[in-house]
Amino acid sequence: MTQGRFELTVGPLLFNWPAERLADFYARIADEAPVDRVVIGESVCSKREPFHTDCTEAAIERLERAGKKVVLASLTLVTLERERRAARAMFAPAEGEDGAREVDIDDLTLLGFVPAGGGFSVGPMVNVYGEATLGFLARHGARRVCLPPELPFASVAVLGRAAAELGVGLELFAYGRMPLAISGRCYHARVHGLSKDSCQFVCEQDPDGLPVRTSDGTDFLAINGVQTLSYKYANLVGDLDRLAGAGVTSLRLSPHSGDFVAVTQAFARAAAGEIAPREALRQVQAAAPEAAFTNGFLFGDCGAAALPAA
Amino acid sequence: MTGCVSDHPLIPRFPRTGAAALGFAPLLPLNLATGRLATSLARRHPGLFERLGDQAAKNFVIDPTDMPFVFRLAPRPEAPQLRAVRRESAGAWDARVAGPLAALIGLVHGAYDGDALFFSRDLVIEGDTAAVLALRNAIDNEELDLVEEASALFGPLALLAARPASRLAALVGGLTGVALTRRSGGSFA
Amino acid sequence: MTLELVCPAGTPAALRAAIEAGAHAVYCGFNDETNARNFPGLNFSRAEMADAIGYAHRHDAKVLIAINTFPRAGGLELWTRAVDDAASMQTDAVILADLGLLDYAARTHPALRLHVSVQAAAANADAIGFYARSFGVRRVVLPRVLTVQEIAAINRDIDVETEVFIFGGLCVMAEGRCSLSSYACGNSPNMNGACSPASQVEYREEGGDLVSRLGGFAIDRVKAGAAAPYPTLCKGSFEAGAYRGHVFEDPVSLDAAALIPQLAAAGVTALKIEGRQRSRAYTQAVVRNFRRALDAHAAGRPIAAGELRALTEGQQTTSGAYSKTWR
Repeated sequence: MTQGRFELTVGPLLFNWPAERLADFYARIADEAPVDRVVIGESVCSKREPFHTDCTEAAIERLERAGKKVVLASLTLVTLERERRAARAMFAPAEGEDGAREVDIDDLTLLGFVPAGGGFSVGPMVNVYGEATLGFLARHGARRVCLPPELPFASVAVLGRAAAELGVGLELFAYGRMPLAISGRCYHARVHGLSKDSCQFVCEQDPDGLPVRTSDGTDFLAINGVQTLSYKYANLVGDLDRLAGAGVTSLRLSPHSGDFVAVTQAFARAAAGEIAPREALRQVQAAAPEAAFTNGFLFGDCGAAALPAA
Repeated sequence: MTGCVSDHPLIPRFPRTGAAALGFAPLLPLNLATGRLATSLARRHPGLFERLGDQAAKNFVIDPTDMPFVFRLAPRPEAPQLRAVRRESAGAWDARVAGPLAALIGLVHGAYDGDALFFSRDLVIEGDTAAVLALRNAIDNEELDLVEEASALFGPLALLAARPASRLAALVGGLTGVALTRRSGGSFA
Repeated sequence: MTLELVCPAGTPAALRAAIEAGAHAVYCGFNDETNARNFPGLNFSRAEMADAIGYAHRHDAKVLIAINTFPRAGGLELWTRAVDDAASMQTDAVILADLGLLDYAARTHPALRLHVSVQAAAANADAIGFYARSFGVRRVVLPRVLTVQEIAAINRDIDVETEVFIFGGLCVMAEGRCSLSSYACGNSPNMNGACSPASQVEYREEGGDLVSRLGGFAIDRVKAGAAAPYPTLCKGSFEAGAYRGHVFEDPVSLDAAALIPQLAAAGVTALKIEGRQRSRAYTQAVVRNFRRALDAHAAGRPIAAGELRALTEGQQTTSGAYSKTWR
């Protein structure tokens, strides 16, 4: 189902949605989203995991029935004993299956668990800034690497050439609030006056994260439990020609509330060259009317730079 | 950039009567001295200017707030300039550092920590923060002693001059609490 | 066993001050973007570094060279040259964060002692084991997200040394995994070696308040005359929902002096003081006090509480993630 110049990957859902909402979301992705691959599972906070296990299993089945490739998300920061055990277990085949599913490694901890020759992908919170690191990961079995959102376009172009030579897919974080940091501390709990251990899962109140404003009212960041995200959404749908030229082979679209399926459809049309960049931007904005977009890390002075008019 | 040391309970201020008296004094003799000091620094401490890198092209105003004049510093490696001017005719600058004379001298001597002075507002920085930081770091590395530098101005007579100069420094230090030499400078912890 | 005191030096003068004050080891960087404190007027030229290593070795101290940013795509040579030069200067170790650079150093300089930088955020025994197996690293600087109990558990599971931060600036995020600075102003710790860089800082009087900005974003606002913190992004004052205040962390610094006995019992090899960007006055005062505290601990004497208080007078401190309640 490749969309012309790019494969489309749905990134892991970063937010704490109730199980029913999550089930509905993946049902629509399975049935309606023109994407190649879906990364699924909890990547932010291991405390959220137990609530989603059953419904994630069901969603995986449904996605695979619909012909999507399923990749398992991994935790961005692994510290606890049970998190280490869970990470190790990800590479073991499930009961009654021949091989394990591909894992999206988002913390280098997991690199040590990869079985010989086993393929994996790399998420945006792994520090891949240069070609030496890309080469190291490729030699250890990386099939696809999603670059950190903060990379400038010049770096992407160099890595694009290197990836082509190495036979590795190069993915960019192309849509959604960008993961900027991970911490041991839970900010959702902190702003609600709770401790992390008794957090009451208050992050569930904010399906797209809780916006953080400056003291003069400027929208700045968003918190999501232990994760800090950009306030603005990455949106590279207007830049696909440049990205294809730089050797980017795959686009990661990060789930949000609203009509996310329409977002994937706009990206698919733009990737296939069916609509012009300006129209693609219009369609994505229509699908997420509240969102402010940026491509500043790639093409601007900073990550928060305003998206230039297409 | 965070983290703080502050063990300077009170930065001494230059006595007002003295400052008022200086307010009427002509700046020419002071400027002769600062001009020679700048030239001498360039000769004796080339590393100071190398360390500044691009920031050596900036213009600084150093404002001892308890004195009736300010210093204009243009730290060009080839021909550095240090001039005392009246506060109202300080002119344009890229960066301004203001604080009591004792704090500024303490910074030069490494007796005070710049970040701590800044956090406690004993020191006020305006304009190009990177330029100020570069200047602070460059000066910090030179382990300057202003009495030694002043003595060095006398060239071959330095040894003869050093003793009276340090006596004078001790006298001024005793009167004002402003340490003019690093040896007797503010102690840290 | 005596804990090793690892101290910061942003300049040769600070290095001498640290060693005079009792540092067992000093860490520092070259004057370019290869290290995570790439600030104006700071760091060592090649000649200064060679001299510094000579000085340190004459005084029985070690020099650890931090080459702990992530090599820019297409610019790898600047970083490999830094590793080569460090090796040729007989440095006691290099502190690296990037996988590719660790791989290069291990293959090119098998005798060079490798430390994993805190910027690599190796936060558990499996990650540390991976670095040890892959590159033969000898020490890991642990990220500031772990409790003392977790550090003890890690040390039971690994056979390389660990180094932990004991005093100074405190990253709230897992180190090396934070792009807040480049989001706000384009310069990042990972790429440019500078978080919240001074060149992007602006202080402005606004209606009786002093507002500090970074890349145009208001980070802090204090009443005229109140203490003015440097606008480090994660210590800023913001609004989130109904909350007004320090969303991420208060403007505090780390002081885990009281935990020295526990950290020693947890099997830690070295204690690290943050602050290569601080003056030599700071370095000297902090190092002297910590050396006294370590000597007291080694001799079985209690660490005098007042001994370190002078260093943080008037400033808030925290023991950070070492205590579980911090999270």
